[in-house]
Amino acid sequence: MNRREFLKASVLASLCFFPGLSGWAFRQTESADDPKKRMIVIFLRGGMDGLNVVVPYGDPNYYSIRPTIAVSKPGTDSGAIDLNGFFGLNPGLNALMPLWQDKSLAFIHASGSPDPTRSHFDAQDYMESGLPGEKFASTGWLNRVVGMMPSKHSPVQAISVGPLLPRIFAGPASVATVENARGPSNLPVDRPQVAKAFEAMYSGDDVLSKAYAEGVAAHKTINTALTVPQQKEQVMANRGAPPPNASFGRQLANLFTSDPTVQIAFIDFGGWDTHVGEGNGKGQLANRLTPLGVGLADLADGLGILYPDTSIVVMSEFGRTAHENGNGGTDHGHGNVMMLLGGGMAGGQVYGRFSSLAKNDLHEDRDLPITTDFRTVLTSILNEQMHLPKTAIAQVFPDFKADANPFVTT
Amino acid sequence: MKKLLIAMTITIWTMTPALTPAFAKPANTDENILHALDRLSFGPRPGDMEAVHKRGINAYIKDQLNPDHIEEDAKIQQFVGASPALTLSATQLYNQFGPPAVKQAKIDQNLTESADDKKKLNQIKNDFYKKVDKDITDAKLMRAIESPRQLQEVMTEFWYNHFNVFANKDQDRYWIGAYEQQAIRPYALGKFRDLLEATCHHPAMLFYLDNWQNTASGFAKKGRFAGLNENYARELMELHSLGVDGGYTQKDVTELARILTGLGLPERNVKNGAVPPESGFGYHFEPKRHDQGDKVILGNRIAAGGEEEIEQALDLLAENPATAHHISYQLAQFFVSDEPPATLVVKLQKRFTKSGGNIKAVLTELFKSPEFWDTQYYNAKFKNPFRFVVSTVRATNSTPSDFTPLEQFLRQQGMPIYGCLTPDGYKNTTQAWLNPDSLLRRTSFAMNVASGKYKGMEGAAPDYKNLEDTFGNSLSDKTEAAIKSAPDNLKPALVLGSPDFMHY
Repeated sequence: MNRREFLKASVLASLCFFPGLSGWAFRQTESADDPKKRMIVIFLRGGMDGLNVVVPYGDPNYYSIRPTIAVSKPGTDSGAIDLNGFFGLNPGLNALMPLWQDKSLAFIHASGSPDPTRSHFDAQDYMESGLPGEKFASTGWLNRVVGMMPSKHSPVQAISVGPLLPRIFAGPASVATVENARGPSNLPVDRPQVAKAFEAMYSGDDVLSKAYAEGVAAHKTINTALTVPQQKEQVMANRGAPPPNASFGRQLANLFTSDPTVQIAFIDFGGWDTHVGEGNGKGQLANRLTPLGVGLADLADGLGILYPDTSIVVMSEFGRTAHENGNGGTDHGHGNVMMLLGGGMAGGQVYGRFSSLAKNDLHEDRDLPITTDFRTVLTSILNEQMHLPKTAIAQVFPDFKADANPFVTT
Repeated sequence: MKKLLIAMTITIWTMTPALTPAFAKPANTDENILHALDRLSFGPRPGDMEAVHKRGINAYIKDQLNPDHIEEDAKIQQFVGASPALTLSATQLYNQFGPPAVKQAKIDQNLTESADDKKKLNQIKNDFYKKVDKDITDAKLMRAIESPRQLQEVMTEFWYNHFNVFANKDQDRYWIGAYEQQAIRPYALGKFRDLLEATCHHPAMLFYLDNWQNTASGFAKKGRFAGLNENYARELMELHSLGVDGGYTQKDVTELARILTGLGLPERNVKNGAVPPESGFGYHFEPKRHDQGDKVILGNRIAAGGEEEIEQALDLLAENPATAHHISYQLAQFFVSDEPPATLVVKLQKRFTKSGGNIKAVLTELFKSPEFWDTQYYNAKFKNPFRFVVSTVRATNSTPSDFTPLEQFLRQQGMPIYGCLTPDGYKNTTQAWLNPDSLLRRTSFAMNVASGKYKGMEGAAPDYKNLEDTFGNSLSDKTEAAIKSAPDNLKPALVLGSPDFMHY
């Protein structure tokens, strides 16, 4: 067994040590990260249609293969917002334009996971494990990143927002889960007598006891963090009227600003599987994008002085068919666009090797090809933004060698 | 490499004490009974241990495998019988709770296009939905908690997740109750092929996975019927039958989608009240939208025809060895262990194939297998939130007067009833459900229920000794010790919030 095989084996075999997502005792000890650095991953489940988000309006093929759902050219009604003379942004993401102008927002087009699957579940699994095509992976790449962060451990160093721990956070490093980030919650275990009795039952080395202890510690820390008076809601008149879930940005920012030990967070949103009635510059997809854009803008704003040291990655399991289908929608495809935000990004650019939507440029005659592996992008961020050493990254993405600079333009 | 991994797995498994269930003692009759109750029901109620003891384990299992011979609880019969959401056909539900009903209400109440009236109309629409939603979620909990046909309910839960339909997709809001009632429960212990047939033709599924719009390419474009939509075809292979590793290709998915073209819903906007043509549970096959060419699926040629192509395709899928394996693996995982023993899967697969996909036969094989009775698997499955809630209510012998707080708790735990958005349904593994925050909230739930003040279950405050008896005094020494040193008023909550009770 060579070294690479061994590394891979230890990722796979961790299932034996840690059945399920648990295994709260185990941590890497290698020390190298920068405690100032923060990372937020946002996963859009269902396969976001990247071609209608960062729109290649300069490619005439785009309009011929999407007769009813193409986002019209800049300057027209509900048209794309010009980015660089070839690509334009779906107007639903209007709220992000100040970040684009500040050059802290970048896109990587024609990117994604090289595995050819068009199954949501497999594709999400692969993108979350960071091991495309590997069915037995039991840990997620973001959990492995947490394992590589040696900064003094806090129960809220990594936070997953949502009721369930997602695959991307599966693994031995502990991750706090919060259902939402709205405010402190009171539980019976806040009473000392109750706490003492339950702690006696959950006092062992087993996975449940560790989970329980993590749960109590995170509950206490998050309650303290969320008791800090919240900043006044900003007037968002120039960003349109956001649906309620746009508040995720403000809430997420609160967690980071109120506890300096919060370093990594994950949140996911569903509803991107636009098989039917997708719309163009307005309609279903644009309506989903609006709260996302407002939330991201609020997040950047709310992070304040932390923003320059924060990397925000927005990704989805695959793109959608280049052609529209018979129902004014698109089916499961391949290549997609990734969004990167953060003070350290070389933003204001659409990166990636994007040739055209002409038939012979498409993957299997139907989808945007993938010219940049998502792990290449993540490797670059982990190294250049998060200051993780290459040896650590090799354990985050074993068996993968980032061979190309993702930050190229065509 | 692969061999080495397997070897590592075995060694590590046997060497790691934390992974051996702390509660495993040498099996005695009580433990076997508890195991049977844990797996064939949603957990023991007070008196169940004694009842099975008297009846005998084998007889109990046989009873449960034949639910038609068990009298359904009278209250459940009455509730279900009186609920439109659970008795009407999909078309009737559409008319009584969907757009036609809303339209009628608009006329009856003279509502205009004003903002106020629109708000009122929206309220009417929501009320229709809420009524259906309340009936079906209440019925789900009531049956899981109180039905004596426990295995049927357990299997209904299993198959619903296998053929999952998400409740919050437009008309599926009022169809999912009928879907479970008509397409799942009657076949929960029947033939797999019948389940495939029923789910494939139920409006709830046709709508959820978009097949109602799936149309031959080249069909004269009309509204939304203008091309192939392979959403259902893919999930039918990947999730419902062959499994993701079942050896099919993208080409097979496209071919199956072609076969399924035209299988949809009756036209709803028929003028002059003409009854839309429909079959079965309310589907409509439209030959004009059906692909007229020959198809080749999994190497088998299916000659151009009509609806019979779908039957041939479902036959092929049901009879494929990959399907036998996929279903057997899932059943073994559901009933025995997150990592089911391969020997058991092989056994079940054989039985599945030999019996022509007879689910009762496969389960009979499962329940008599040494793997099922291997004590290392006793109390080693981690409860998902639904099972945790239902088993808690059963253990306290409560009959809730209000199910809403339980539904809300399940929502908070990430498992809203009928609320799994994706077609793969809810999982039943530790990996999917164990996390610090939700574990902490389970202990809070246990505290609230045991206090006797939980809304809808007031007065449920269980007696600690009764709880111990209900579980055949199976608590681990550590749990017993912790409970003993705790104040009396906390004892019942500690049992229900114990690590032991998180498992089954």
